[in-house]
Amino acid sequence: MFRAVLVANRGEIARRVFRACRRLGVGSVAVFSEADRDAPHVRDADRAVLLGPAPARESYLDVERILDAAHRTGADAVHPGYGFLSENWRFAEACAGAGLTFIGPPVEAIRAMGDKSHARHLMAAAGVPTVPGSSGPVADATAAEAIATGIGFPLILKAAAGGGGIGMARVERPADLAAAFAGAARRAQAAFADGALYLERYLERPRHVEVQVFADTHGAVVHVHERECSIQRRHQKLIEESPAPGLDPETKRGLTEAAVAGARSIGYVNAGTLEFLLDAAGRFYFIEMNTRIQVEHPVTEEVTGLDLVVEQLRVAAGEPLRWRQDEITQRGWAVECRVYAEDPERNFLPSPGTLTRLDVPAGEGLRVESGVEAGGAVSVHYDPLLFKLVARGDGREEALARMRAALDATVVEGVRTTVPFLRRVLEHPDVRRGALHTQMVEQGAFR
Amino acid sequence: MPEQIKAHITGVVFQIAAKTGDRVGAGDPVIVLESMKMEIPVEAPRAGVVKEISVQEGQTVQEGDTVAVLE
Repeated sequence: MFRAVLVANRGEIARRVFRACRRLGVGSVAVFSEADRDAPHVRDADRAVLLGPAPARESYLDVERILDAAHRTGADAVHPGYGFLSENWRFAEACAGAGLTFIGPPVEAIRAMGDKSHARHLMAAAGVPTVPGSSGPVADATAAEAIATGIGFPLILKAAAGGGGIGMARVERPADLAAAFAGAARRAQAAFADGALYLERYLERPRHVEVQVFADTHGAVVHVHERECSIQRRHQKLIEESPAPGLDPETKRGLTEAAVAGARSIGYVNAGTLEFLLDAAGRFYFIEMNTRIQVEHPVTEEVTGLDLVVEQLRVAAGEPLRWRQDEITQRGWAVECRVYAEDPERNFLPSPGTLTRLDVPAGEGLRVESGVEAGGAVSVHYDPLLFKLVARGDGREEALARMRAALDATVVEGVRTTVPFLRRVLEHPDVRRGALHTQMVEQGAFR
Repeated sequence: MPEQIKAHITGVVFQIAAKTGDRVGAGDPVIVLESMKMEIPVEAPRAGVVKEISVQEGQTVQEGDTVAVLE
């Protein structure tokens, strides 16, 4: 096991990793920016090193300063958390080059999954279903028409160079394709100086269901069941739960087998998540793999009783995975709500400020993962996540009831938060009966 | 009548999208703020000519601060 783990992160996830270090009797090193001098994560570690000014590129994204902090404190491993450098293969490589263990997958796996289009090719080759679409950019509208027949309608045109929804066009019928192609190519050219488009089947109201996988350096690969994460805004999750409500056993088996096969095919090691879209007919399609611990990992821990972060450290230290697939079972239900410093009444605009009051609930079946405290500043420089509420129950109804009570008992003053919105979501009849899809927030289901 | 364009959130000036003398339409971005990993445009409330840009890239602005003046 390691002497000391440096956590190249901040907030609740840094504190979560420090807890795992304490559990294993491993030393811990925090890093922090000038804006985070008084942050709770700094006090949680055995030692703490100032990286630099508040902007992330001068602190939490500065590889040289992080490696230097590790050397000065005698840390021999680095945990990247999520966000920041966690999916940056160059950082993983730099850690190895500096003689530090990167607590995560091999460099090549991070790199392969980081290129989203390449990742889909690799997964398709491993037999994992992907969203039907063109294998690459399509030359012109005539070529698009030929390919579209095989993909089916409705479909979506996407800018190959694009992102953020720019240059996307939904096409309902074959007759509309040529005009839509011309328009989308023009917009893509204007926005990205590259008019190349590719085609994908458009999924109506899909669910987002993901599978937690775990692999060790001795060849073991297991899944740790699924999470339902359909309640999202701007493609970022707000509420997650495990199990996924109403998932039939056959679909579940298909998902988990595909996830394990996909992870095995790329020589994956440590914790990872394969994300899928699920359509109304129960067909599922790989969208991407996150090669790190996820924000929503606690719901998996709550229903399996396993500590994913402790196991990340053990596996990174070369120990064999302690779990056999048939011993990993889901018991009860867990749901997580992310409390962000955002204003849900103003389309989730960021709401930085000072936390003048913070009452976080406690009680049976409730777990809170928080990176903040009363009196603390919520900086413009970082992700707006304040804390996560995780409620468990024998069944879904109990878990949701506990979550509703927890949200009612939560008081945050000084910044706006997603709490009122989360309450409305949990009161919604479709959510209560487990009928979820990824477009609910955008379609205004919770206004 | 000159009109002050104010930041609607607290953030760091990420980009100055218009310069003094530019003619802008209602809804055109004048500056782009970065806050909590999001890029948020501050838009011209009406058509006009940019009389002054009151901030610099990298500067922190508070909600309600004037970022530009429209003529």
